[in-house]
Amino acid sequence: MSHQTSQPKRSHEPVFWGLFGAGGMLTAFLTPVMILITGILIPLGIIDSDALSYERVHGFATSWYGAAILLVLIALPLWHTLHRIFHGLHDIGVHRGRDWQQVICYGFAFAVSVFCFTLLIQML
Amino acid sequence: MQPHSSKRKPYQRELPVDWWLKHAFYTKYMIREGTSIAITIYSCILAWGLLRLSQGEQAWQGWLEALQHPIAILFHVLALGLALYHTITWFDLAPKAADIWLKGKKLEDKVIVMAHYVGFALATIAALIIITY
Amino acid sequence: MTNSTIDIDILRYRPEQDNAPFVQTYRIPYDEEMSMLEALQYIKDEVDGTLSFRWSCRMAICGSCGMMIDGVPKLGCKAFLRDYYPNKIKLEPLANFPIERDLVVVMDDFITKLESIKPYIIPAEEKSLEQGEYIQTPEQMAKYKQFSMCINCGLCYAACPQYALNTEFTGPAALALLARYNRDSRDAGSAERMAIVNAEEGVWGCTFVGYCSKVCPKGVDPAAAIQLFKVESAKDYLIGMFKPE
Ligand code: SF4
Ligand code: FES
Repeated sequence: MSHQTSQPKRSHEPVFWGLFGAGGMLTAFLTPVMILITGILIPLGIIDSDALSYERVHGFATSWYGAAILLVLIALPLWHTLHRIFHGLHDIGVHRGRDWQQVICYGFAFAVSVFCFTLLIQML
Repeated sequence: MQPHSSKRKPYQRELPVDWWLKHAFYTKYMIREGTSIAITIYSCILAWGLLRLSQGEQAWQGWLEALQHPIAILFHVLALGLALYHTITWFDLAPKAADIWLKGKKLEDKVIVMAHYVGFALATIAALIIITY
Repeated sequence: MTNSTIDIDILRYRPEQDNAPFVQTYRIPYDEEMSMLEALQYIKDEVDGTLSFRWSCRMAICGSCGMMIDGVPKLGCKAFLRDYYPNKIKLEPLANFPIERDLVVVMDDFITKLESIKPYIIPAEEKSLEQGEYIQTPEQMAKYKQFSMCINCGLCYAACPQYALNTEFTGPAALALLARYNRDSRDAGSAERMAIVNAEEGVWGCTFVGYCSKVCPKGVDPAAAIQLFKVESAKDYLIGMFKPE
């Protein structure tokens, strides 16, 4: 078969979409209860703040598995949300400088991930 | 090419910038996408908490106290609502990304959605038990 | 029975005399049996013969009568006055397409997109007539059947903000049609078509708004086709990393 129209170019979107999907899944299942605990129940004293005492959280964060869990819980949602923000900018009509928007959006998710990773490694 | 006598003159309508306010379906889509802003802020609050944790007990205590500020509480209530909206819309659309066939029949959407909600309930309960344990 | 009437606003555009579309209101006798298409035919026959619109089958099969009814893409022959009465109704040509004249839009881009995805069976090996037909079980047919129900009406393109923002996007119906062939057990053209799927203008132009599936008059689910292709395309990407062409 030889109706070769110019071969369409493969998009690299699968990389970002994969992270978006993983982050979105995590966010859908766990973010509500995380917000409920850290943002509402503990600050209001409904759950005793001992649940997030320094010893407890520090002990968790300095175990290798605790560090891994915290990194995923904090950083992965950002790969989901910044992906949406990047595409949302296009939706609301910010069409200029898409390249820079992309660098800033995913760069932000990357920077916070590295930030958390470094902190956790230092504490280990 | 059109012969020069053609009266054709296709009219291109402009998409209004606020197209997503013109129809409820689009507005809901934008709210769904907009939940990402609240969740981004929440992740930053947690990242900040991690920084405070690394700075020692007092700093950590300061972070916990900051979360008691009325504005912080208000934000988290709002963020909880938006996060739940994300959850609902995510589960709603989940069947579209699933192509599971059993005995020559496609697994029903309802079953897939329900399975997600069961998982959600279990995860939520588990998290609450672990934290209060 | 009653002598009630109904008002219909129609967005008109006559290229030989207008520079921009304008709204014209028609008042016609109300009949609860009447479809939007019949209302238009009444107007054309009894009120204003200059009004242009497309139609053929009058039974949701040909796909020619798509239009915006109160801002929602619908088939004129499948929408009824009774669902809007006594309110005024607003009819506009299908959104996201250039207006040719009145309710008639230019669908060239849509047709090009449909043609671009190789909408025909590409068999693994050509069989001669004597060798008989390509056999398929009902189960194999079930895999693609809903995607084969499309009548090319274009409602899903009128519903798609991503197509509105960037007409390079291959769009819902064409990608659903692509799924129809890639999911067909008699077809062996998947690899060729995946190149279209994998492109930025392929499935990656979609942000999963999902309105396309909602407005489709034939129960096709283009959003699902696209979403499943995103999974496929991601797999294809991974394979491509280890096996560069
Ligand atoms: S997928 Fe549905 S809405 Fe889109 S062109 Fe086909 S029949 Fe029309
Ligand atoms: S006239 Fe054929 S689909 Fe409406």
